[in-house]
Amino acid sequence: MDIFLQQIINGLTTGSVYAIVALGYTMVYGVIQLINFAHGEVVMIGAMVAFTVITALVGAGLPLPPIVLVFAGVLTAVPVCMAIGYLLERVAYRPLRHAPRLAPLITAIGMSIILQHLALLIWGRDPRAFPQIMEVTSFNLGGAAISSVQIVIILLSVVMMGVLTWFVYRTRFGIAIRASAEDVRVAALMGVDANRVIAATFIIGAAMGAVAGVMYGTYYGIAHYTMGFTLGLKAFSAAVLGGIGNLAGAMLGGILLGLVEALGAGYIGDLTDLCQWPVFGGLLAERCEADGHVILLGSNYQDVFAFLVLILVLVFRPSGLLGERVAERA
Amino acid sequence: MTDLRKYAGMALIALALLALPLVLTSMGTAWVRITNLAILFVFLSLGLNIVVGMAGLLDLGYIAFYAVGAYVYALLASPHFGLHLPFWVILPIGALLAGLAGAVLGAPTLRLRGDYLAIVTLGFGEIVRILMNNLSAPFNITNGPKGITRIDGLNVAGMSFNSTDTLFGISFTGPAKYYYILLLLLLCVIAVNLRLQKSRIGRAWVAIREDELAAKSAGINTRNVKLLAFAMGASFGGIAGGMFAAMQGFVSPESFILQESVMVLAMVVLGGMGNVWGVIAGALLLSFVPEFLRYTVEPAQKMLFGRLLVEPEVLRMLIFGVALVLTMRFRPAGLWPEARHRREFGEKRA
Repeated sequence: MDIFLQQIINGLTTGSVYAIVALGYTMVYGVIQLINFAHGEVVMIGAMVAFTVITALVGAGLPLPPIVLVFAGVLTAVPVCMAIGYLLERVAYRPLRHAPRLAPLITAIGMSIILQHLALLIWGRDPRAFPQIMEVTSFNLGGAAISSVQIVIILLSVVMMGVLTWFVYRTRFGIAIRASAEDVRVAALMGVDANRVIAATFIIGAAMGAVAGVMYGTYYGIAHYTMGFTLGLKAFSAAVLGGIGNLAGAMLGGILLGLVEALGAGYIGDLTDLCQWPVFGGLLAERCEADGHVILLGSNYQDVFAFLVLILVLVFRPSGLLGERVAERA
Repeated sequence: MTDLRKYAGMALIALALLALPLVLTSMGTAWVRITNLAILFVFLSLGLNIVVGMAGLLDLGYIAFYAVGAYVYALLASPHFGLHLPFWVILPIGALLAGLAGAVLGAPTLRLRGDYLAIVTLGFGEIVRILMNNLSAPFNITNGPKGITRIDGLNVAGMSFNSTDTLFGISFTGPAKYYYILLLLLLCVIAVNLRLQKSRIGRAWVAIREDELAAKSAGINTRNVKLLAFAMGASFGGIAGGMFAAMQGFVSPESFILQESVMVLAMVVLGGMGNVWGVIAGALLLSFVPEFLRYTVEPAQKMLFGRLLVEPEVLRMLIFGVALVLTMRFRPAGLWPEARHRREFGEKRA
């Protein structure tokens, strides 16, 4: 099996999910210049709701095809998450729109903690397993395996990105969003209802987040009440990598981050095998003889890559790859 | 006359603080331990207050510095490496390393906007936790998720802090002795914080918080002063971490998760960012309320529903979340606000 190609495929899959979640961050940021700290929890709740619905339907024993089951799960998760997204905006952001910057950040962290622990109350501490409803078929692609789930995730992400792009660039409401991103006050003077636009960015982001949560949960086969935290952090890193506030940037950043992570996890063990370096090979001769390798950093450091990427981008190119906005604004 | 009354009041408070562990011991040693942990959280809150309250930099990975202090103590005073250095050597090392970690984190991120900083510090906290979990192979440094056990307790002039001693006919348990040394440290930390607040640096921090550009044009080297805030806040966390390791005799990555950072932040925010006394009150309040809940909510639920519906742990986090949201919405300057902060938040509220 070709490891390189395999990691590219895996990276594209997780990267698509990151991209969809990152779009949620970037849209909100584009309009109000604030990070929606609780976005990761929305994604988690999306996965949880869908899993619950699917499990319940499977338990009911209805002779439904798997695709209908998953569809029902997504269709329940999306409105729930949209409602939560709206609630977030109303509770954590709107009342504090003119307060010092620190204030909405703190309320958003509070909301994120509340959502996470409500999920813990509802769904418990143990990870939820995705019910085995369909045969996952694998296809051979130039020596690497690509599963039907991976194909669906990548295709669905592309479709969602396409629809969002069309919505933002071709519809009247999309123009209102872009105008508000340019300058909320001037847009308001032109008759754009700023409250509606801001609420809409939260709701659209949450809807996509719900789908992303289901995709992520399906891909890994489990959902857990803490999954939103890491996923949110990574997606945010992806948004910053691409240039926060920029839609194309979020997509690019997500895919790139997925690839970096997959390739990093695939190769870091070999790269940091101390036995291949003469200096260490001599010092650690005994252990190298015994085990054949002394790996300094294994694939359990996978989660660190996203943060390293984030910090490197912030240091060397704070505006991100495609961002024209200056990250520094007092 | 008023002076006399003031001194009498202070003497009474001092007496009450000195007698506290004796009273608590009669209620059970657990309460002395809880009080000790509460004092540690006061340390942490005061440290974070420098960063968030005074300098206005939102740090969501603050617990990482606590972890650095705790692990430094654990590694230098336990059978893990066979090192048994005295605590007065280790605590400054821990504070120094934690401060250094703060500066390392701050250097690349401090020129960024507040929310970027928040998320980078969040990531930094995660990195430290992942390192603690994984630095057990190929070389065993942190012993991974199992943590480090059998850490030496404090030992001053041949008196061990882990055993019970009898003095003047009163027996002092281990936790009670830790209480006294923590109280002493606390007084020092409070004094340092009060002095800092009024010092040139403290005023520079507040100036940056309120208007960075204006502070810069007034001749403040904003980058260095912000770095200093980070390093100083972190070193307080380091000292608290060292005391934590000595007191518990055991450290593991579990004690240093994001929830703890959020908890310290909630203490600072609820008490009143920037106000030393407010932050102390916030820390004590949020340390003790969950403990009372543990003793009241659990039996109450068992009585009402016959089983435990909401674990106290979950309830505690929900309370912190709600406290953060409600404080920011209805009393953004905290329960006991700093005068200047109150003005700042009050004016801008629409």
